[in-house]
Order: sequence, then structure tokens, then C-alpha cells
Amino acid sequence: MIDISHVTKCFGRAAAVDDATLTLEPGDSLALWGANGAGKTTLIRCVLGLLRFRGRVSVGGHDVRRHGKAARLLIGYVPQELGFYDDFGVDEAVAFFARLKGLGRVRTGEALDHVGLLGHERKRIRELSGGMKQRLALAIALLGDPPVLVLDEVTASLDAVGREEFVRLLDRLRGSGRTMLFASHRIEEVAALARNVAVLERGRVTSIAPCQRFVARAGNGAVLHLHLPVGVRVDAMRSLQAGGFSPQLNGVGVLVPVAPEQKAGPFRVLADARIPIDDFELVSNSHAANLAAAHSEVKP
Amino acid sequence: MTALTATLPRPAARSRTAPRAAANILTIAGRELRDAVRSRWFVLYTLAFAVLGLAVSFVSAAGTGGTGLSGFGRTTAGLINLVLLVVPLMALTAGAGSIASDRERGMLSYMFAQPVSRYEVLLGKYFGLAGALLSCLTLGLGACAVILAWKGLRTDPASILWLAGLSFLLALGMLSLGMLISSLARRSSVAVGTAIFVWIALVFVTDLALMAGAVALRMRIEDLFALSLVNPLQVFKMWSLHAVDASLDVLGPAGLYATEEYGRTLHTVFAACLLGWVVLPLVGAAAALSRRSPL
Repeated sequence: MIDISHVTKCFGRAAAVDDATLTLEPGDSLALWGANGAGKTTLIRCVLGLLRFRGRVSVGGHDVRRHGKAARLLIGYVPQELGFYDDFGVDEAVAFFARLKGLGRVRTGEALDHVGLLGHERKRIRELSGGMKQRLALAIALLGDPPVLVLDEVTASLDAVGREEFVRLLDRLRGSGRTMLFASHRIEEVAALARNVAVLERGRVTSIAPCQRFVARAGNGAVLHLHLPVGVRVDAMRSLQAGGFSPQLNGVGVLVPVAPEQKAGPFRVLADARIPIDDFELVSNSHAANLAAAHSEVKP
Repeated sequence: MTALTATLPRPAARSRTAPRAAANILTIAGRELRDAVRSRWFVLYTLAFAVLGLAVSFVSAAGTGGTGLSGFGRTTAGLINLVLLVVPLMALTAGAGSIASDRERGMLSYMFAQPVSRYEVLLGKYFGLAGALLSCLTLGLGACAVILAWKGLRTDPASILWLAGLSFLLALGMLSLGMLISSLARRSSVAVGTAIFVWIALVFVTDLALMAGAVALRMRIEDLFALSLVNPLQVFKMWSLHAVDASLDVLGPAGLYATEEYGRTLHTVFAACLLGWVVLPLVGAAAALSRRSPL
């Protein structure tokens, strides 16, 4: 349904997406996983034909560059945050985009009901919360029942409750047979929605793994963030490397990916080297997943 | 928060056809027109244009005692100068704000992610804003025409129609230029600022530069006329006078030269110039939109 072939997108000399190749069969659900700046959003924009790129992207057999309208007719797209016109009415927005999708008059209430926005159709968009705006974007994306959904970090601007509800809604959409391509750096979202996970690092697809395997690895791993005095950071790096860890320098110390049973390891190594530690924290799984995925054995 | 219990749609198996370009252009134009008419700038410009137009009409009518065709001559001259000042500013800023502000709020990329082409978005916005400008001019000049009739001035309806038509054509040209600026700018504040700078250049600077150049460089009269055709505001002024008065004598030697050299073809020359200002910047805007990222 979606065929991404050797796509490269450069901004100046820097490659935001570097020779990415991915294929999604009908009904597939692929998560694009990576840290900020890894190239997830850029790749999605290439799929939508928003950016000029090298390589080829086709959706439902339509080349997005040559037959962009036909390709986008198959896609329902939800961006990270929607910049609708504030004085647009909710029903006006739905009717407007329905006409752009060639649907003529639609039952606005029905479209809004699918996403739990029934009763809000008379409101102005500026009166909606962030979560409601995202649901409206989803309602618009679902107009005309497109077979493909493309979602770009759609829960990034939502609070925990809104996020959970939105993911539940998307989960049910996945069950309705749509092909889903989405970017995320939340492990719970990926676990709930993806069948496969493509990991991006500095624009390259470094691995593609079945979701369960990815989540098992990423979910169990952790990154230890050690806050260290400025003068000892280089020594700490050397000691940790000698101790079998792969530390990375960070603004206030070092980041050390650790296996679940090894969380105390870096403390022991630094204590043996008499290197003081100011503070520490276990940081989000997203960092852990990026680093763990870099060592994945499955290559595209 | 509302519970999400509704049945979700399943993807339709029917064949899909992208909507026709004309339908999309019409949809976008309709929305743009509604937005513009609701906006403050539209109300402000319409009011300003109508009030200033009425003031010009009243003063001219009072000066001629309410009779005679000369009254309309003065009024026309006043209205031409009013159009020269207000219409370009109105159209340039409206065009400049259109695409850049959409880009800034992320709406442009969202629109381009729909089954529409970039040209459809551009033309839809253009026609929508053109409709808003036409409404504004019709209200403003219409009010003037009503006042003239009310004061009992013997006016030539053809003159008013000429002035209205040419004002609209000038507005279209300036709108195109504004949209070109808008499609090149990343921020709407930059686009509107540039538009105002261009307006100042067209209204004041080029006039002065032309006069200075004519004296300093001892320009030949044909070169002076050719150079004045580069400025759409000059073209509008000359064409309006030519259409209403059939003579460009009031413009001095350049006007005399134009009348003698081009005679009946002057309408064609002016039309080609103004249409060029409508089409070329719009083509430039389309090229910029198709090549540049909407982000």
C-alpha cells in the first residue's frame, strides 16, 4: 500500500532522511521510531509529497510526485499539532475538507461522532482544547474512509488522559483494516498500535523489527543519566568504556545505556575509579530504545 | 472528556477520484472570500475607501455648484488619486498576508497534505481575495456614484464603469504581486512589511525617480513613456485618464507623445501592461510555491 524506495531528503548538506526504504502492505501498521531530529517527520512529509526528495514514494500505486492528488486521496493525515483557522467553526472545517476530498455534503455529526466530538459542531476551533483539536484532525482524516492513515506524533501535545484516549481510538482504527504509518517516541503508543517498528537514526533506517521484539528490548532497557562534575567527565567516559558500557557525553554528565540487571554497574565502575557523582536519574525509554535498536540484528 | 464509544468507519472499497481542479479552487475561494469579508481589514479598507471617496465626491460637487460635466472631471481626478493610494495598499497587503500566514500557522502544509494541488490552493486564495477586493471597490465606488447622482451631477455612467473596471484590474495586479511576496516569505510580518515597502516604492519613489531621471539623464520622451509603463500605478493613471477623458494632454509631453504615437492602440498597450502585472507575479508565485517547502 505504501512503498518508500531509497528516499533521501537533504536540507543544505545535512541529510534529514538518508536512503530510506520501507514497504507497508495493506492493513500493516508501521511505527517510525527515533529521537527528535532522527528524520521521522521529514519522512512522513515525503510520503505526503510536501517536500522534494530523491527516491520514490508511492501510495496505492500512485507516485506521490507525479500523481500527488490521487495518492493523497488515499491518505488521512493527522499532524502533530493542527494550525486550523481559529475562527473556523468545527462543522465548517469538516464540510470544507470534505469538499476538498470530493465528498460533497457530508453528515458532519456522523464524522464527529466517530471521534467523540458530537455536540461540539457549533463551536469555534479556538474554543477547543488541544485534545479536541487532534480529534477534529482525526475526524477530518477519516472523511471518505481513506485506506491509509499517516500520523505524525499525534499525541505529543496531549496530556496523559487525552493521550490514552487518543491511542485507544487509534487502536480501534487499526482494527478496521487501515494501513497505518505513524511517528512516535512513546513506547506505549508503539506497543498499542504498531505491528512493526522502523528505527531511524540521523535519517537512516537502522532496523526494522516486529513490534513485540522491539518493545521487549526497548521496554526493559534504560538509560542512566549520571550528573558529574565538569573536570571528571572525560575520565568517567574512559572508565565506563573500559567497564564494558557505551556512555555518551551529555550537557551535565554522561548517558549510559544499561541492561535491566546492570543498573548498578556504572556506579561500581565510577566508585572504583574514585570519580564523584553529583546526581543520577533513569531517563525515558525513548533514549533507551534508540540505543538498544542501534544494536538490533534485523536490517531492512 | 467525551467517551469514545462510536463505531469507527471501515475504509471504503469504492474507487476514488480526486476532485476536479475547478471544484477545489471554488471551495478554497469561497472560504477565502468568507474569511476576508469577516475580517477587520476588509471592513476597515471598505470604510476608508467609501468615506474618502465620498469626501472627494462632496468636495468636487460643492466646487462646481452641483452642475456640469466638469464636476465629474474633478471627481474622477480625485477618485483616480484615491484609487492610486488606497487600492494598491489594500491588494498588496491582502495578498502578502495570505500564504505566509498560512505557512506560519502550519495550515499551508496541512492543505497541501489534502488531495489538492498547490496551484489550486494558490488560485483558490487568489480568486477569493479578488472577490473580496471587488466587493470592497464596488461598495466604495458605488457609494460615490450614488452621491453624485443624488447631488444631481450629470455623470457619464461609462466613466464610472471604466474607473471601477480599471481599479479592479489594478487591484488584481497588486494582489498578484502581494501573493508573490507572500509565497517567497517565511513569516507574514516580513511579507506584509515587504508589501508596504513595495507600495511606497510604487506610489512615491518611482514617480520621483522617473522625474529625477528625466531631468538628470535628459531622457528622450519615448524612453520616459516606456519607463512609466513599468509602473502599474502609472499605467492605471494614464489608462484611466485616457478612458475617461480620451486625452493624455494633462500628463504633458509624455502624454502627447503617447497619444500621437499609439493613438487608438493605447488601450491595448495599457491593457497588456496591466495584464502582465496580473499574470506574471502570479506565475512567479506558483513557481515559488511548487519549488519551496510549505513549512
